Amino acid sequence: MSAAVQEPPQSDEQQPRKNFLNADHTIKSWLLTVDHKRIGMMYLLGVTFFFFLGGIAAAMIRAELTSPRGGLMSSEFYNKTFSAHGILMIFFFLIPSIPATLGNFLLPQMIGARDLAFPRLNLASWYVYMISGIIVLIAMLTGGVSAGWTFYVPLSSSYTNDQVALTLVGLFLSGFSSIMTAVNFIATIHKMRAPGLTWFRLPLYVWSHYATSIIIILGTPVVAITLFLVVMENAFGFAIFDPARGGDPVLFQHLFWFYSHPAVYIMVLPGMGVISEIITCFSRRAIFGYKFVAYSSMAIALVGFLVWGHHMYISSQSTYLGIAFSLLSFLVAIPSAVKVFNWSLTMYKGSVHFSTPMIYALAFIGLFVIGGLTGLFLASAGTDIHLTGTYFIVAHFHYVMVGGSIVAFLGGIHFWWPKMTGKLYSEYWGKFSAIVIFVGFNLTFFPQFILGYLGMPRRYHYYDFAPEWQFYHILSTAGSSILGFGFLLPAIYLTHSFLKGKRSPHNPWGARGLEWTHVATPPITENFSEPVVVNFDAYAYDPEADAIEGLPEEEQQIILAGGTTKKEELL
Amino acid sequence: MSAHTLEKHDGEEVYFQFEDIDQQQETYIVGMWSFLVTEVMFFGAMFLIYTLYRWNYHIDFYIVHKSLSWMWGGINTFILLVSSFAIAAAVHFAMKKDKAKQLMWLTVTQVCAVAFLAIKFSIEWPEKFSHGLIPDGAFQQNYTAYALEKGYGAMPDIARIFYSLYFTMTGLHALHIIIGIGIIGVLMYKIWKDDKIITDYIPTEMVGLYWHFVDLVWIFLFPLFYLIPA
Repeated sequence: MSAAVQEPPQSDEQQPRKNFLNADHTIKSWLLTVDHKRIGMMYLLGVTFFFFLGGIAAAMIRAELTSPRGGLMSSEFYNKTFSAHGILMIFFFLIPSIPATLGNFLLPQMIGARDLAFPRLNLASWYVYMISGIIVLIAMLTGGVSAGWTFYVPLSSSYTNDQVALTLVGLFLSGFSSIMTAVNFIATIHKMRAPGLTWFRLPLYVWSHYATSIIIILGTPVVAITLFLVVMENAFGFAIFDPARGGDPVLFQHLFWFYSHPAVYIMVLPGMGVISEIITCFSRRAIFGYKFVAYSSMAIALVGFLVWGHHMYISSQSTYLGIAFSLLSFLVAIPSAVKVFNWSLTMYKGSVHFSTPMIYALAFIGLFVIGGLTGLFLASAGTDIHLTGTYFIVAHFHYVMVGGSIVAFLGGIHFWWPKMTGKLYSEYWGKFSAIVIFVGFNLTFFPQFILGYLGMPRRYHYYDFAPEWQFYHILSTAGSSILGFGFLLPAIYLTHSFLKGKRSPHNPWGARGLEWTHVATPPITENFSEPVVVNFDAYAYDPEADAIEGLPEEEQQIILAGGTTKKEELL
Repeated sequence: MSAHTLEKHDGEEVYFQFEDIDQQQETYIVGMWSFLVTEVMFFGAMFLIYTLYRWNYHIDFYIVHKSLSWMWGGINTFILLVSSFAIAAAVHFAMKKDKAKQLMWLTVTQVCAVAFLAIKFSIEWPEKFSHGLIPDGAFQQNYTAYALEKGYGAMPDIARIFYSLYFTMTGLHALHIIIGIGIIGVLMYKIWKDDKIITDYIPTEMVGLYWHFVDLVWIFLFPLFYLIPA
């Protein structure tokens, strides 16, 4: 039996003295770093910043909607507020959230590499992201956008006198940031896996990031050029989509949704990868049906590109096209459901531990199921005609995006927080905030399903024609206050943990991913002090490993490393 | 940061994150092709827009296209084909490790690229500008005057779409040529200086891939804009 491959010490007194966090303390060493872990941390700061800005806009929207006469803001200002909320949350939080923070941080560790394939490209992507975010913020402060995050023409071209062009330039650039990340991930996953780490030994997290990267490189250029053309219309009077100049506005919608529908999978697939890691770890079981879950990510990536027309049932798109898109949209529910069933079956007869990340994972499953099933109402062309453009849609995509992506993001942050910082957070506050978020979220968005069913249109701040809706709006606003409080809590206790938290043991969850078993906590700059050889499957959880928990350190270490050998011994 | 420069496993030219030079080269190639996929989708969307409008307004597109000079377009096509050949030759000589010939062929590529841009920016586009054929607010008026002068014309609205697509697509293509000139310039400098990133033919090959892609876009642009059948 080989000894442990790594020297990563197993007890907290022995955290490596040199790690990526304290390798160098200057600001320059952060701003010019090419270390994927530091870039991941910088992304974490960036997305958190934009998340709270978007959250402020959301709070303003909810405050406005408490009154049916909408007294707090002018209509135009309200339009700008919800546009800002959508743009910041989608392009600057949801899309980069998991891939660029957790993905950057973990992908090389999960596949046994020292860094991503193109570290400098990775750093460039962070700068492009921040610069594009600042451009969009400048645009918002100097006039804002009232066309909504979808930028439908001609609303965003002929009938606009605000900062649409500048905002679109920012979004165009931010597209390149995600393309850089995706190209990096694809090259890394293809070519930099450790010896023995075959495709079907990869953690599902890696599979989901692979699928996400494929969507990004196929979809993002299309929306980039589409938005670029709107800039040309706006700034130089070109005629492409504007009906007043002979163009076809529905063509814009097709091109926009060709990216923006798959983009929801960019947002949720990485979250699904996170959930696969968490569920297996806290159920102490291998994932049920590994290949199905892996292929379902790829199926979502593929079928996700064929369903964009379900956003356009009430455009001039032909009815027959609508029927085809409707059928295809139902199809995409299958791989999503496969994942949910497999997670549930993974927990079945597992020994489930209700730690903070697991609570987030369970919340994800519940909320994602509601979000997914209400998606079917919208996928079927008949019911969609009643529900489209109402709060039903707003509730549906918040269930998928907030209940899916953000909950998974928070779950992932909590799960890998000890790995990222080497510190533990307060489990009590972790669980507390997870439950607060779950309750606040449902209270915010469930009433919106009812509102949408009753006919409350989205993007309206005036509903005096049906004042009985005020009850649901106030419920929703109350929920959003709880939700906002829930989101603030992790920001506070995680910061506290980073500064003053207890040092984490090497593998606090007893997880079996390479990033836990073979990488120090927190990792050293090169991740692995020597090359890894992988001759075991992902999720090698078994009750025996749990049974040794009480044994002395050295014995545990030997048994835990039982699946690994040194490279030369294998050869 | 420091560790990124310290650890070398297989000689000077292998970067920290790679095990050996083969892995590094293969990764570069995968990265380059992934990037080219994004480029295909980028131009692909514009070709789709073009196709739909031409399908809808074929006759107008035919009439408007007559204001483009197929001769200059043809010359530019020829120039780019020569440049493609030149960069293929440069890759060939890179494989043979013949530095002088490699640099010579890269110079040929650069000359072709500059000639292409010169024709576009000093002959083709100014000719359009002189008639006011820029798709801005005054386009319809200018185009009507132009059509009266020529004795034939299409619907001014459609002509405006045509010119919007023409300037956007050829403009973005020209931007790619400019970027290509920069990249080839850097490559030539690194080859000339025997920089350690010039491990073998792979850097030249990657620049070549990019350049072939840019040429290929023009191979589609030329017939689509300059050679529309009646």
